[in-house]
Amino acid sequence: MDHVVEVQNLTKIYNKLVAVDHINFEVKKGEIFGFLGPNGAGKTTTVRMLTGIIKPIEGHAIILGHDIQKEPLKAKQNIGVVPETSNAYVDLSAWQNMMLMAELYGIPKKEAEARAEDLLRRLSLYQRKNSKVKGFSKGMKQRLILCMALINDPVLVFLDEPTSGLDVQSSRMIREILLEFPKEGKTIFLTTHNMDEASHLCDRVAIINHGKIAAIDRPATLKNTIKKLNSIEISFDSTIKAENLSKIPHIIEIRKEGDKFIISTDDVDDLIHSLTDFAESQKLKIISLNTMAPSLEEVFVKLTGEV
Amino acid sequence: MTFQFLDQLKRSLGIMKKDIRIYYLKGPVVISGFLMPLFLFLAFFIGSRNLSIEFLISGLIGMTVFFTATAVSPIIAPWEAQVQTLERLISCPISITTLIFGDMLASFIFGILIAILPIAIGLAMGTHITNPIILILGLLLGGVCFSSFGLILSSPPSNAPSNIMMISSLVRFSLVFISGIFIPLENMPYWGKIIASFSPLTYFTDLTRYTLQGTNYYPVLLDFILLLGFSALFFILAVKLHQRTIYKRL
Ligand SMILES: Nc1ncnc2c1ncn2[C@@H]1O[C@H](COP(=O)(O)OP(=O)(O)OP(=O)(O)O)[C@@H](O)[C@H]1O
Ligand SMILES: [Mg+2]
Repeated sequence: MDHVVEVQNLTKIYNKLVAVDHINFEVKKGEIFGFLGPNGAGKTTTVRMLTGIIKPIEGHAIILGHDIQKEPLKAKQNIGVVPETSNAYVDLSAWQNMMLMAELYGIPKKEAEARAEDLLRRLSLYQRKNSKVKGFSKGMKQRLILCMALINDPVLVFLDEPTSGLDVQSSRMIREILLEFPKEGKTIFLTTHNMDEASHLCDRVAIINHGKIAAIDRPATLKNTIKKLNSIEISFDSTIKAENLSKIPHIIEIRKEGDKFIISTDDVDDLIHSLTDFAESQKLKIISLNTMAPSLEEVFVKLTGEV
Repeated sequence: MTFQFLDQLKRSLGIMKKDIRIYYLKGPVVISGFLMPLFLFLAFFIGSRNLSIEFLISGLIGMTVFFTATAVSPIIAPWEAQVQTLERLISCPISITTLIFGDMLASFIFGILIAILPIAIGLAMGTHITNPIILILGLLLGGVCFSSFGLILSSPPSNAPSNIMMISSLVRFSLVFISGIFIPLENMPYWGKIIASFSPLTYFTDLTRYTLQGTNYYPVLLDFILLLGFSALFFILAVKLHQRTIYKRL
């Protein structure tokens, strides 16, 4: 089984609004697959269909070899899910929440306890295992939700924006756990808004917009597709107006960001030469000069047409 | 097949345990389940000297079990949707039947445990239980029946527990007044008897009345069969309804 997720023509319509529109893709075993898209693009709707929480109106999804509609229990047994908006039971302790999940996955008690302890330790929650979740911070809650999703030692994990709104430490802890997965042959389906996160973690990303897949490839390949659009970031020792720069050839666009100018060009080399000449003629000192390859964010913005 | 059935059955115990911990061991279950019927009972007890204590106690048992079993089950689903634990729950490998069965079990356990209170009051007031086996069987069946009934009340996909509470209070109180709890069935007018025959509470109260007072309106076997029928009907209906509406809560 090479593909742990196979999606064919998956479609969801909410009162005439086509939230997900005949999408097709596969996720390979052992990869971290990123699912990106602007707000309302249909990411959560897709994840919910893949995890059997809502029914598609058309098409189907094969999860670990089982059709999620026809054999939901078999498909769900070996996946882990961190929904976009979900909570642990705040009136239960972290430990009780873990044990509840273990019971719902039918995991023998001994095994469940060993795994729960390991997971809670890895996400620095073990000290607080007997406290009610009510008193947990947002980051702790989200870490617990991840622990709960992993109680069945899933081979495929769906995470819908697992790090949104978390501080650096919690996000990093979660990312570190995720990075260990491919080593164990596990697969991750990750929805995120964080382009940095996506380009660092993901083997492949799909970009979805208005319910349709706009692109699907390795982050580096996607970046290459808009390579023409390279840019340079430069700052001078005194303030100058953007108009002064505009006479320089090979400039496509100038954007001011703080004390820096971001200049996009079709000829990086020539632009650098022109810029140094310009600085000399104006008696300006160049404080910093960087060439910038397009980020995944720029690819994203270009493909989704959002600013 | 049987393995999967038993496996799911075991998982519904997990749901039950969670419900008991979260919903029953706190909150106003005891108040609405026991005190309310008790006040109704006292009001009636003082007002109607001509009704026997056995009759009134059997009514109190009926009301208490009914109110308790339907106290929490209607709000579990809307509540879980509101605090956002529902999505997590239905992403687990459990069927809706398992989920509803677990909720039913939790409600069932409280429904039958609470019956100890009115029975104790009855014994203290000098009533005798002439047929404890029938009483226990009736309690078990009534518990399942009313718990499933409560779960039907929660099936409209409204996520505000207060809305569901309002609807369910309305239904619960109306049922109490048509089920031969305050007026013996034999004293009811013809149309009253017809209406009462649609309420499962009627048969449950008739059974408890038989075990305390020795008198009954319907044959005992018929009471049992009808309670069983209502239980099956309510449970299946609750599952079917939730299968349709649970996704609309997200
Ligand atoms: N339960 C629902 N009822 C009606 N419309 C819905 C429902 N859920 C989602 N939608 C609509 O479907 C579209 C896709 O929503 P979805 O939540 O999948 O987007 P998303 O990509 O996850 O966005 P975000 O980045 O904000 O999480 C949106 O236009 C949304 O308004
Ligand atoms: Mg979303």
